[in-house]
Amino acid sequence: MASAKEIIAYRVAQELHDGDVVNLGIGLPTLVANYLPEGVHITLQSENGIIGMGPLSEPGKEDKDLINAGNQNVTVLPGAVFFDSATSFGIIRGGHVDLTVLGALQVDETGSLASHIVPGKMVPGMGGAMDLVVGAKKVIIGMVHSAKGEPKLLKKITLPATAINRVHMIVTELCVIEVTEKGFLLKEIAEGTTVEEIQSQTGAQLIIADDLKTMPSL
Amino acid sequence: MKNKMITAEEAAKLVKDGSVVMIGGFMSIGTPEILMDALIADDTKDLTVIANDAGTQTTGIGKLVAEKRVKKLIASHIGLNPEMGRQMSAGEAEVELVPQGSLAEMIRAGGAGLGGVLTPTGLGTDVANGKQTVVVDGKEFLLERALRADVALIRGSIVDKAGNVFYNATTRNFNPMMATAADVVIVAAEKIVEVGEIDPNYVMTPYIFVDYIVGGER
Repeated sequence: MASAKEIIAYRVAQELHDGDVVNLGIGLPTLVANYLPEGVHITLQSENGIIGMGPLSEPGKEDKDLINAGNQNVTVLPGAVFFDSATSFGIIRGGHVDLTVLGALQVDETGSLASHIVPGKMVPGMGGAMDLVVGAKKVIIGMVHSAKGEPKLLKKITLPATAINRVHMIVTELCVIEVTEKGFLLKEIAEGTTVEEIQSQTGAQLIIADDLKTMPSL
Repeated sequence: MKNKMITAEEAAKLVKDGSVVMIGGFMSIGTPEILMDALIADDTKDLTVIANDAGTQTTGIGKLVAEKRVKKLIASHIGLNPEMGRQMSAGEAEVELVPQGSLAEMIRAGGAGLGGVLTPTGLGTDVANGKQTVVVDGKEFLLERALRADVALIRGSIVDKAGNVFYNATTRNFNPMMATAADVVIVAAEKIVEVGEIDPNYVMTPYIFVDYIVGGER
């Protein structure tokens, strides 16, 4: 049985197109690269200064000077390029990244998200997330649907905003939602769940797509 | 030609208590570790540090944090260093969080004679609090002011004796911008070569920006 993370990563991977320049956030989003559809080749950008990032280094073969933005030793593919942080964020802010996949603590029906701080509890900071969600052409949030029963999909985010009105799509282990001008449009639901069950774990009204589909899964 | 070669101990003396110091590196990759060690040995304190992050508990800027030498940190995140978060929450040190791409451009602006940069990143979030917004051709931007420092501590993979710097792989990150934005620039070199040994095409920081070179970086 696939884990929630695997289900989400697999489904997000189906959104990638051949030739896309993609930045995958730390954690769950990194798994997306494992599930690329056949024939889809993408270019991975890492905000610490890589275009053409490859898989994680094999143990014992790490290059001490080469990490990804999550501080993991990685490899690069033939044709890869290194650059400084100003160039890297010029690439991001300048609209040269087709897609970014990030996790989030909360997302609301206007496409605003909170991902970088919980006042008094968690203060890691935004890192490159604010620039990524502002600059990438498409923003997909990949996250578990709710946190210990607390909805993460809301009418309005309550945590400090990471960006306003920037999320295009949300993929959870239960469903696929498109953020539209009218709110959360439920487009796909996972096998074995129901619209009612998903609605009960969602803090905003779902709009059900006319052609509601079953979510493709592993 | 001026002799730019100094020892790590001499470099530490150039950083005064209370100085504003830019320190290169991304999760300590590209951070001049020997200069961190020298500052600790020299008892340098009350520093305002401008850097991407707080390093880890045992590497890079994290060494200064562990010894409580950092009074204020301006960075994009501190997630890999819980001690920085603890000092921030306890009011022992101040942390100002800046989006990573904005930080890179603010430093670049400081070194390029610009007053600041206009960015869409952070609009509508806490980052915009107290800052001016500017509308250009109908689009709103946040004005982020340029940053400069008293001293920049950077790390070069190959440095010639004039101060030309080559950065390997992802060690480049914030180093090239910081090399332009401080009154005194000190590069810790992993390898030192004679002038002319680095092909001019591969010089990433021109020697005119570098004041001092310290050998022995790991």
